[in-house]
This record gives sequence, structure tokens and C-alpha cells, in this order.
Amino acid sequence: MNSESPNEIAAEAQITVRNLTLGYGSVVLMRDLNFTVKRGDVFIIMGGSGCGKSTLLRNMIGLIEPSKGEIFYEKANFTRSDAEERRSFFRRFGVLYQSGGLWSSLTLAENVALPLEEYTDLGPVEIREIASFKLALVGLNGFEDYYPSQISGGMQKRLGLARAIALDPEVLFIDEPSAGLDPINSRRLDDLILAVRDSLGATVVAVTHELPSIFAIGNNSIFLDAESKTAIASGDPKELLAHCQNAKVREFLTRGEGRPGE
Amino acid sequence: MASFNHPIYRNGAGALNGAFKNLPVNEVPTQSDGAPGVSLETVGDATLVVQLSGVWRLQKKPTSTSPVQKALETSHIRSVRFDAKALSSWDSSILMFLMKVTELCRQQDIVADREGLPDGIRRLLELAEIMPEQEGTKQTTDRPSFLARVGSTSTGSYISLSEMLHFLGEVTLTLVKLVKMRARYRTADLFLIIQECGPQALPIVTLISFLVGVIMAFVGAVQLRQFGAQIYVADLVGIAVVRDMGAMMTGIIMAGRTGAAFAAKLGTMKVSQEIDALITLGFSPLEFLVLPRLIALCLMMPLLCLYSDLMGILGGAAVGLWMLDLSWTTYYHQTINAISLTALFGGVFKSVTYGVLIALSGCLRGIQCGGSAAAVGEAATSAVVTSIVFIVAACGALSVIFYIIGV
Repeated sequence: MNSESPNEIAAEAQITVRNLTLGYGSVVLMRDLNFTVKRGDVFIIMGGSGCGKSTLLRNMIGLIEPSKGEIFYEKANFTRSDAEERRSFFRRFGVLYQSGGLWSSLTLAENVALPLEEYTDLGPVEIREIASFKLALVGLNGFEDYYPSQISGGMQKRLGLARAIALDPEVLFIDEPSAGLDPINSRRLDDLILAVRDSLGATVVAVTHELPSIFAIGNNSIFLDAESKTAIASGDPKELLAHCQNAKVREFLTRGEGRPGE
Repeated sequence: MASFNHPIYRNGAGALNGAFKNLPVNEVPTQSDGAPGVSLETVGDATLVVQLSGVWRLQKKPTSTSPVQKALETSHIRSVRFDAKALSSWDSSILMFLMKVTELCRQQDIVADREGLPDGIRRLLELAEIMPEQEGTKQTTDRPSFLARVGSTSTGSYISLSEMLHFLGEVTLTLVKLVKMRARYRTADLFLIIQECGPQALPIVTLISFLVGVIMAFVGAVQLRQFGAQIYVADLVGIAVVRDMGAMMTGIIMAGRTGAAFAAKLGTMKVSQEIDALITLGFSPLEFLVLPRLIALCLMMPLLCLYSDLMGILGGAAVGLWMLDLSWTTYYHQTINAISLTALFGGVFKSVTYGVLIALSGCLRGIQCGGSAAAVGEAATSAVVTSIVFIVAACGALSVIFYIIGV
């Protein structure tokens, strides 16, 4: 699909980020990020509030153009792609937004159906069936004709997930999955995400700072640090907890109990 | 005094609950210890004891620290102690007082011993002091210099102009796509928007246009009757309404009604990440959201304008019939002879232009909207202001152009 596909990208890499610099205007949030996400990974972007986690995610899905650097999906260059190529990338993405991003003027079924209408040649009956099926996967069967404002916050999150998996994405991006959810719903959402990963074989990239979620679903991660404007640790969060020597990472992963000098 | 035991004081804000639990709120203070009291006593040569008493409440005037300050400045005090035995109950007001005293002590290198204070007060004071103010967090409120303000306003308007042109360019590209039948939007959305900005606007357009017709006829009638030329009220109203006022009134009504609605809707969609969700699904917000709105207004504005013309003429006729005793047929024929088809088309053309301007301003402001509820309000306001400014400017420009080309 794209001409500039460097050979050194590993075969099993789903996402490769090269020398990525994030920022708004002249403000630099993060510099020179380099990381690889393997197919089937649940990759967690961690870090304190305001360090640029969501900005990194928004760069990865093309809502913001990076100040510098490139992002590759498999071997195709996402950052340098034109509008037509972007569409074929978007076709492979599923995104669950922090505030849902649910289309408030469409019913639940229509929310899930819209991506299908756009990217498939299926007739309205089949689309409706698939939409109902996806809603059933997240436990929302029977709510097809409700509007997003008529269901609870936890249900909205699950609807967001149903919409994100409508097109059986290769990469599922999740921004703060458990924000505003009670522990039980948050746990259910984690289980759903894992189930989706296992059944669809999708790669998951999640921004979160909920420790239970991080340890429950993550098997790879990157830790962003606002002060040094770079990633200070990466790897399996459980490994990081066990072995990482960096004081900031330890403090984060232990809710401040690993703070030096205490 | 009973009001001090209102539950609101007993249920302090979550984090402070622990600290406030020593608050003796259930003691109903007696009349004698009602007022917050501070008395000073010097023990030995160098120790000042601040005795706190009574009920300290934020509702009362804050207790002044000036006696303490005076005592600290005049004598050779080296340390300050507190005595809170007579203190019956307290809230943040005493903390403010103590913070000020602490600050005074710090300025003069005097040791402030908090031993005598209740546990809750001590803990809250420590909590407030534990985090030093981070450097650079306090925003300077200095007013920038005149030149700086001129500069930032100029660059601001330059940026907003270039954003506007960028938007205009993208809309043009989208229109090209529409012509090529490659634009993607939901037809259901288009019909919904047409219904919202067409038929649903009829009542307000009826009312305003009819009244504008009545007002113009009335003003004209008073003048023209002096010359016995009241029949020309029909010409006056007919020409004014058909050439300009019908389109203008419709434009302004739609700017306030629909332009604001577009901006608020798109702004809210931006805030709730609905637009992001469209983009990452490969939908262009321009095609999906702006295009149907633009088409709907372009289709509905000429119809509303014609309707408004009719209503305006009826308003004029009402004055003619009842005030000037003209007959219905006279008024009708006078109007038909006065207005030309060219004038009618000129008005309709203007209304389409206004429709485009309203749709573009509304959608532009909505898409530019920031990420908060206040930003949505600002977007709606700005959409109405922008579209009305553009409508009036376009009206002037078109009138000149029509005059030059002789329409």
C-alpha cells in the first residue's frame, strides 16, 4: 500500500512508532518515542495525568498529526499516507473514546450499523442483524432502539466497545476504559476487552491509569514521564512491578507505596 | 445560634471529614461564648500566648490579626503559643486566622508552637503547608502592554481568517465531491435538517415578516397620506419586501434560529468526541455534517424567502385595507405592477447567499468549538454574530452589484 516501508520493521510488529514527537503548536509534550506493539498484545500507555497519554493515542489514530516522527501499521506508513490510504487504515481500527463519542442522534443499533453501512456492501437487514449481534456481545441485546442518552454510563461504555468492534478491527484503541465506572463494571469491561482480543485476534492499545486494569489486561506497556518528556520504562506491567528500578515507575505501580525514602 | 448545628457543618467535604471530626459541633454554644475571641497574654519575656475562644464561623466577619501583629512588632517576642481551651467550635475561619498569624511569625523569625491547638486544626494546617506552591503555577495577572495586546489581537485575527479560508477551501472540495456524486452523508440526516430549518421555521417567519410589512406600511402611510398618495404604500411595501426585506428578515431569523443550532449541535458533537469518532471511521465531518446542513439551507432559504415576501405584502395589505380604506383589488393590482420578476429573483438570489453564509458560519464555529460547555455557548453566539455580519455585508455588496449590472 505504501512505498516507504523500511525493511527493519519486525515481521510480528503490528504497530511501530519511530522518533515520535508529540505536541500542540510550540509546546512539546513528548520527544523521540520509539516502541513496537506486537500482534495480539494488550499494550498499555501509562503515566501521570497530563503527560500526553491521550495525545499519543490521538496521534496513533490520526486525529492529530505528530510534530515529528512516523507511525507504521504492519509495514505501511500511516503518518505519510494520503486521504484515500487513511481510509483503508481506518477500516482496520476500532476506537473506544474516553467520553464515548457515541452519536447521540442515532439509536444504539444505528451507532453500530453506521461503520458497517460505510465499509460493507451488506443490505439493511444483514446490517441490522450484525448490529444486534455486536450489541448482544456486550450485553446490550434488547436495547437496539434506545438512544445513547437513555442508557447508563456503563452501558454507554459497552456500546462504545460494540461500535469499536463493529468492523472486526485489527487494532482496538481504548482511551480510559474504566473512567467513571464502578469497580464491577470496570472489571466487566476489562473482561470484554480481553474476550474481544482473544476471539478477534485484535491488538489492543489502551490508555489507562487504573492499576487493576493495567495488571489485569496489559502484557506490554510504555510509561510516559511528563518531566523528562520521554518514555522512562516499557514492558509487561507485572514485570515492571517486580523488577523496574525506576523510582517513578515503582511509585506509580504501587500507588505511591514504593516512594523512595518511605 | 441553633443554625450552627445545621447538618451541612457536620458533613464536611469528604477529604476533610477526618480532620473535622474533633469539631465539637453538637455543643450548642451559650450566649457568652458566641463570638470568636482572641486575647493575648505575654508569658515571661519572650512568649506570646494567643488565647482563642468562642464560636468561629465563616458567616461572621473575619477576626483581625492586627492585635497579634501589633504585639509581635512592639515587644521582643521570640515564640508564640496557642491556647484553645475556651474554643467551643470552629471552621475554616480560624484556619485563615491561624495561617495569617503563622505568616506573621515566619516574617519575623518567631517560633509558632501549635501544641495548644486542637488536633483537627493542626492536621489541616499541616496539610495546607505540606505541598509548597509549585513554581510557575501561579498565573500572572499582569495586563500585557498595549503593543502586546495589539500584536496578539492581530495574529489572532490572522489565524482566524486563515482558518476561515481553510474551511472555505475544504467546503469547496466537498462540493466538488457532491457534484461528482461521491460525497458520503446520510439522506435521513438531510431530511431531518430540512424539516428543522424549513417547515419548523414557518411560524416565526410568518410573524416577523407580517409585522415588518405592517410596520413599513404604517410608516409609509403616515407620510404618503399627507399628499393623498396612500395608494403608493403598496409600491413601497411591495418593492422593499421583495427586493430586500424578505430575504434579510428570513436571513436574520435563520441566523438566530438555525445558525445557532448548527453551531451548538456541532460544538456538542466535538465536545463529546462524536466528531472524532466520525473521523476515525473515515467519515469526513465536512461531508457528513456540514454538507447536509448547507444543502438544506440552500433549498429552504429561497422557499422561506418567497413565503416571507408574501407575508410582508399581506402585512402591508392589512394596513392598506383597514387604515387607508383601499380595496383589496386596488392594493393587489398596485403591488403586482410595482414589483418586477427581476426584483423577485434578486431577492431570492440574496436569500440563497444568506443561506450559504448562515450554514457556513454555523458549521465553522461548531467545528472550531473548544472542549467545554462554555465553548459551546461561545460557538453559538459567535455563529449568530458572524452570520449576521456577513448577511448585512453581503446585502450591501449584492445591492451595489445589482445596481452596477442594472438589475
